[in-house]
Amino acid sequence: MIDLQNVEKTYFSKNGDVHALKKTNLHINAGEIFGIIGLSGAGKSTLIRCINMLETPTAGKVFVDGQELTAMRNSELRKARQNIGMIFQHFNLLASRTVYDNIAFPLEIQGIDKAVIKQKVEPLLELVGLTDRRDHYPSQLSGGQKQRVGIARALASNPKILLCDEATSALDPQTTKSILELLRDINKRLNLTIVMITHQMQVVKDICDRVAVIEHGSIIEEGSLLDLFTNPQTATTKEFISTINNVELPAILKNTKIFPDYQPNTTPIIRISFIGNSAGDPLISTLIKNYSVDVNIIYGNIDSIKDTPYGTMVVELSGTKDNMETAISYLQERNLKIEVLGYVARND
Amino acid sequence: MSPEMINLLLKSFGETCYMVAASTLLAVLVGLPLGVILTVTRRGHILPNAAINSILGAIVNATRSTPFIILMVAIIPVTRLIVGSSIGTTAAIVPLTISAAPFVARIIESSLLEIDPGVIEASQSMGASPMQIITKVLLPEAMHSIVLGVTLAIISLIGYSAMAGALGGGGLGDLAIRYGYQRFRMDIMIATVVILIAQVQIVQSLGNYISAKLNKTKL
Ligand SMILES: Nc1ncnc2c1ncn2[C@@H]1O[C@H](COP(=O)(O)OP(=O)(O)OP(=O)(O)O)[C@@H](O)[C@H]1O
Ligand SMILES: [Mg+2]
Repeated sequence: MIDLQNVEKTYFSKNGDVHALKKTNLHINAGEIFGIIGLSGAGKSTLIRCINMLETPTAGKVFVDGQELTAMRNSELRKARQNIGMIFQHFNLLASRTVYDNIAFPLEIQGIDKAVIKQKVEPLLELVGLTDRRDHYPSQLSGGQKQRVGIARALASNPKILLCDEATSALDPQTTKSILELLRDINKRLNLTIVMITHQMQVVKDICDRVAVIEHGSIIEEGSLLDLFTNPQTATTKEFISTINNVELPAILKNTKIFPDYQPNTTPIIRISFIGNSAGDPLISTLIKNYSVDVNIIYGNIDSIKDTPYGTMVVELSGTKDNMETAISYLQERNLKIEVLGYVARND
Repeated sequence: MSPEMINLLLKSFGETCYMVAASTLLAVLVGLPLGVILTVTRRGHILPNAAINSILGAIVNATRSTPFIILMVAIIPVTRLIVGSSIGTTAAIVPLTISAAPFVARIIESSLLEIDPGVIEASQSMGASPMQIITKVLLPEAMHSIVLGVTLAIISLIGYSAMAGALGGGGLGDLAIRYGYQRFRMDIMIATVVILIAQVQIVQSLGNYISAKLNKTKL
């Protein structure tokens, strides 16, 4: 649906050139929710603005829905943009227009008949839950309501793509959640391709199918949400994941001496991460029954990434050295991610 | 005061209103497109064009820095060409317009520049053309601020019209000079000043009221 080929963007200025986006290749499939995450100044906005050519790339080609935007004349580009909705961090509504007239705006500029506009705007008001606010002005709305107007406005011309630049960054967590639910709902209902720019891992985790991590103008990692979460390759990605997932050692182990290798009279501390179905297996009882080891759960957390359960558990095993080794290899054979964090002195 | 004098006052008041109304209308007619062009041709705006921007900017600045009295005398040939005479109420409209138009242009420019660039960008992302952005975004969004600016222009035109009147254009300024000053008619002098003050007050209040009605950012 969206294809960026060797896209680059450099801002030229007297105080030196800024390479905001280095040679970037990106493919986004129809109907998916694609997240782009990065720290402030990483080039996220530049990247998303190249998709609808609000920013003209310095080099490379941009294809949207099979058309090359970088080869278009201005008038063709304006037409193509009607297929690409966009919502913004600060909503960017027209202050002098009511909710209804804001949503009608993109249709108005296409020269669509008033009666036809009405037929389009009313269901959209319904969709975003603002029917009773239709004659209010933006200054009379809360942030969440403003973003709902922004979404309705972006959807008015039936776009195939919705670009969201930090669409929830100005909202509180509760409102963010409801906006994300709305986006996920329209993604399913209208089979809309959504590109989400964010610096919040929680947003990515809640709705994205695939994710790219951007740093200093380059995409440093890209993959399915699950892959990224369970197998992050770069330090930056790990950092982002740690903002919502506790990957550090549980607090009670912080003051305990941890040996990297087995020592006499120590027990292993193991972190078990599991995804999807294996979360349902009777793991602990199998260990105790079949491997004659005791399992002491130090930390546990189950969460879900979109609809897939995902969990982490930190356990301490105790038993004979041989039993513990076979128990660990049993765990390793399963569809689990096992990390031996270290060994601590036995306290029995 | 004799009925004769009252008639004279009314006639002069009418002339002042005519000069101010006509020159405001013409100044807005010229100043509005000028102000829009000065805005959109700026760097980073929707139709950047450095050449047009700096040429128009220079013309506007030159006109604005010429004192009204000098401007009025300097353009007498132009006035004669347009209205066929250089004296009279209608003739005064030409210099009034020429001096007010660049003022209006700058006022409109600064109102348009107050608009959040994000809103312009949102319109571009929906496929709006530059003309649509001007007529459907910039002007409506800035209208409440433009109204206040035009109010300011009307008030300075009331002042200038008194000056133009003194140079043979009629109106309240002319009356105050001819009767109040030259014939020592204190009552006429006071009456014209009171009318001028009232006129300014009414224009300002009306401008404030309309602007507040149009301003949807404070509800
Ligand atoms: N118009 C511009 N002129 C010059 N430099 C710019 C311009 N726009 C952005 N930049 C620079 O490009 C880099 C990337 O900016 P960009 O806005 O894409 O970052 P971002 O990832 O969206 O950050 P944030 O999370 O803060 O919005 C930054 O270093 C920024 O200073
Ligand atoms: Mg940004």
